[in-house]
Amino acid sequence: MGVRARAILSHGSMMLKFDIFLSALANGLLTGAVYALIALGLTLIYGVLHIINFAHGATLTLAMFAVFVAHQAFGLDPYIAVFILTPLFFVLGYALQRAVITPASHGDDGNILLVTLGISIIIENALLAIFRSDTRSIDVPYGFSVMEVGPLFLSTPKVIAFVATLAVAGLLWLLLARSDTGKAIRAVAKEKTGAALCGIDVAHIYAVTFGIGTACLAIAACLLMPTFLVNPRVGNAFVLVAFTIVVLGGMGSIGGALAGGLIIGVVESLSGLYFGESLGQIGIFLIFLVVLLFRPTGLFGAKA
Amino acid sequence: MSATPLLRCTGITKRFGGLVAVDDASLDVEAGSITGLIGPNGAGKTTFFTVIAGFAEPTAGAVTFRGRDITALPAHRRAEIGIARTFQIVQPFAGLSVRENIAVGAYLRHPGREAAMARAEDIALRLGLGPMLDQSAGDLTVAGRKRLEMARALATEPSLLLLDEVLAGLNPSEIRDMIPVVRAIRDSGVTILIVEHVMQAVMQLCDTVAVLAQGRMIAKGRPSEVASDPKVIEAYLGHGAAKRMQAQQGASHA
Amino acid sequence: MKGGLFTSGYGPILIVVVALAVLPFGFSANTTLNFLGFVLIVTLAAQGWNLLAGYGGQFSFGHAAFFGMGAYGIALAQVRFGLNPWLALPLAIALGALTGTILGYLSFRARLRGSYFALVTLAFAEVFRILANASTFTGGAAGVLIPLRIDAANFQFADKRSFYWLALSFVAFVLLLTHWIARSRFGAYLVAVRENEDAARALGVDALAVKLKAITLSGGITAAAGCLYAQKFLYIDANLAFGPWISVEALLAPIIGGIGTVFGPLAGAVLLLGLGEITKTFFTWLLGGAVPGIDLVVFGVLLILCVAFAPRGVLGVLRRILPAFRGGRA
Repeated sequence: MGVRARAILSHGSMMLKFDIFLSALANGLLTGAVYALIALGLTLIYGVLHIINFAHGATLTLAMFAVFVAHQAFGLDPYIAVFILTPLFFVLGYALQRAVITPASHGDDGNILLVTLGISIIIENALLAIFRSDTRSIDVPYGFSVMEVGPLFLSTPKVIAFVATLAVAGLLWLLLARSDTGKAIRAVAKEKTGAALCGIDVAHIYAVTFGIGTACLAIAACLLMPTFLVNPRVGNAFVLVAFTIVVLGGMGSIGGALAGGLIIGVVESLSGLYFGESLGQIGIFLIFLVVLLFRPTGLFGAKA
Repeated sequence: MSATPLLRCTGITKRFGGLVAVDDASLDVEAGSITGLIGPNGAGKTTFFTVIAGFAEPTAGAVTFRGRDITALPAHRRAEIGIARTFQIVQPFAGLSVRENIAVGAYLRHPGREAAMARAEDIALRLGLGPMLDQSAGDLTVAGRKRLEMARALATEPSLLLLDEVLAGLNPSEIRDMIPVVRAIRDSGVTILIVEHVMQAVMQLCDTVAVLAQGRMIAKGRPSEVASDPKVIEAYLGHGAAKRMQAQQGASHA
Repeated sequence: MKGGLFTSGYGPILIVVVALAVLPFGFSANTTLNFLGFVLIVTLAAQGWNLLAGYGGQFSFGHAAFFGMGAYGIALAQVRFGLNPWLALPLAIALGALTGTILGYLSFRARLRGSYFALVTLAFAEVFRILANASTFTGGAAGVLIPLRIDAANFQFADKRSFYWLALSFVAFVLLLTHWIARSRFGAYLVAVRENEDAARALGVDALAVKLKAITLSGGITAAAGCLYAQKFLYIDANLAFGPWISVEALLAPIIGGIGTVFGPLAGAVLLLGLGEITKTFFTWLLGGAVPGIDLVVFGVLLILCVAFAPRGVLGVLRRILPAFRGGRA
């Protein structure tokens, strides 16, 4: 075989490799957007209440089962269910924060972590008791549809999820920047005593923030379900991913969560490509540990 | 002048980003003295104190104790060589009793439980905490907590005691009660450096006073000298204050 | 030691241990003995957690990391290297302790506290779980099967009671150790660091060293529980050894029993697992079939109730109600 022929061949395989790389990258970005949405709720709660909501993953599982039930029992499409589940989960989050977390934890950080751990144990195992450990999915006509973007074939539901996430993040930003409630939320986040002195009902704002964070999960669940599977333990996989994103982006930063989510999605997708499916998640945890141990303020945060 | 002082700080500078909290400040603490460090709000007293106590490293400068350079020595090692501190915002071990609180300090020199507990009791009695020995530290009054701060620090049997605003937050009668306590500590052979806001008490207590303003050491000397130093008066009361006061005094004399 | 057995606090430990030791003469049913043996394993794991979190205030959410090191350590030493399990036992415990030291060094050096420390320990446990599940050395997803060779010299007992007494001796040892630590300088320093790290440092306490010592001991103790688990069931996989279940039970037991007390982990484990059995039996009877996870739902509710209403756990409540229980506090 001549030199030129070999060069052409290797060029061809490089092209192929590049295509695979590109599609892994694109897929990572798409998945990362939903991760970002999950992390958005977490970081918002952290930024305002300064607490780590350990039940975030389990609440996401609950939302995914809610989507599942809405589809199986009522024939509701996830993209329609989102308009019912989002307000429902807002109320759930509001109630949990106001009726359970605050009174039970006596304002102690360690207690808050334990109470939210308790909530996560209850949700996860109640789902296990009701739905058993079987993995379930919903069957929607567009579940496997793809769209062609340049050289890539992208899953339509994932593209929808990507766009929807950006829209939600934009809406959230508008809400925080423009609305009175948003201003109150930002005031409480900065200086809760001062905010209280200005007549802001801090307990109410806390609960509203928790509600918004929880509502983000309902949206994420509706966007995830067309392509993801659900079982009672699925939240575990998401919770550390979400924590990683939040830590990576800087605790409490919305832009950070968005960027962190996209980064993590890409990292997961690429390490899955190069190290195999089972070790793909290791990359995320290693990032988590390295960032926490060596740069706790996050990639975009100022050094303490 | 005597030989090397017990504690010597030379050219201490501490920067936080662009902000210079302490700027080339030097201070000597003679063995057996009560030395006061005063200054208006935001003068850098607390930062300077934190550097001496080993809770922050200075950007430049050196701290020596008995002639030994301790600038980079961590806080717990400073306690071992005989430097103890209290906290401006009292930091009791809230879940423990007064006795157990003091015992944590006493364990430094007395590894056995019996000895540490006995030592803790002694010190509590000396500082007037006897009746509260078995109370939870979280239940003490502010004055009680200030005493507990001192008791715990004393339990480490220091040769130098750093007091960070132990009088702040006390009412006049509590301050009056506290002054002999501080004196008695010095008389038992412990050198004291006291950072204080309450001027009057400092004047009563201290042999030497140093004044820090805007990060710089602007005056040193006996309390009476320092109090009449125009630079000090200006630092506390603003530019031109010394002149105005002189003029007023002149007017009233006339 | 001044004073008698009871004023020094060792008396109650002796009574409890003796009472537990004679228990198997009352029951002989294998299921009961199995259950009690399991309770002791969870107790031991929880005792490790209690030392670090209860006394030292460092809340770990990932004690499975140590439990799994013990379990995999003793199992692989036998299966891969042909070591006698009795010889493997101290090695596996040392492995757990070393894991504690390393994990502690990394997180405490980075000044991680509170929620951050909890998350880091959880992440470590998850990393170990994924690695153990993927590596061929650890048997991958199939796990490790310890060959059945019943012989006391082989750490496998024909009589269930022997295993129970062995586990009890571990628990008893840690009860004594905990009590001794609680009254020692190290214990006082540990509690001081929990209550206020800066104040402790000012009093000459090397906070980093104290925390490292605690997490090393804690890791070793919980690894011992993992060893017992592996030898009891002769089978482990990544989810059993490094899974969240043991992290959760190791922290639930002391919190429910009485955090930062000598007997808290034991009382909590008995209560927790006992209640778990009752719940499972009740729902099986009610619904005519086993309901997975229902016991854990009860545990979660119990955790929240304890944090809300009984911060000193069940023993704390008893102490408030019954004057006889007072004075036993370390």
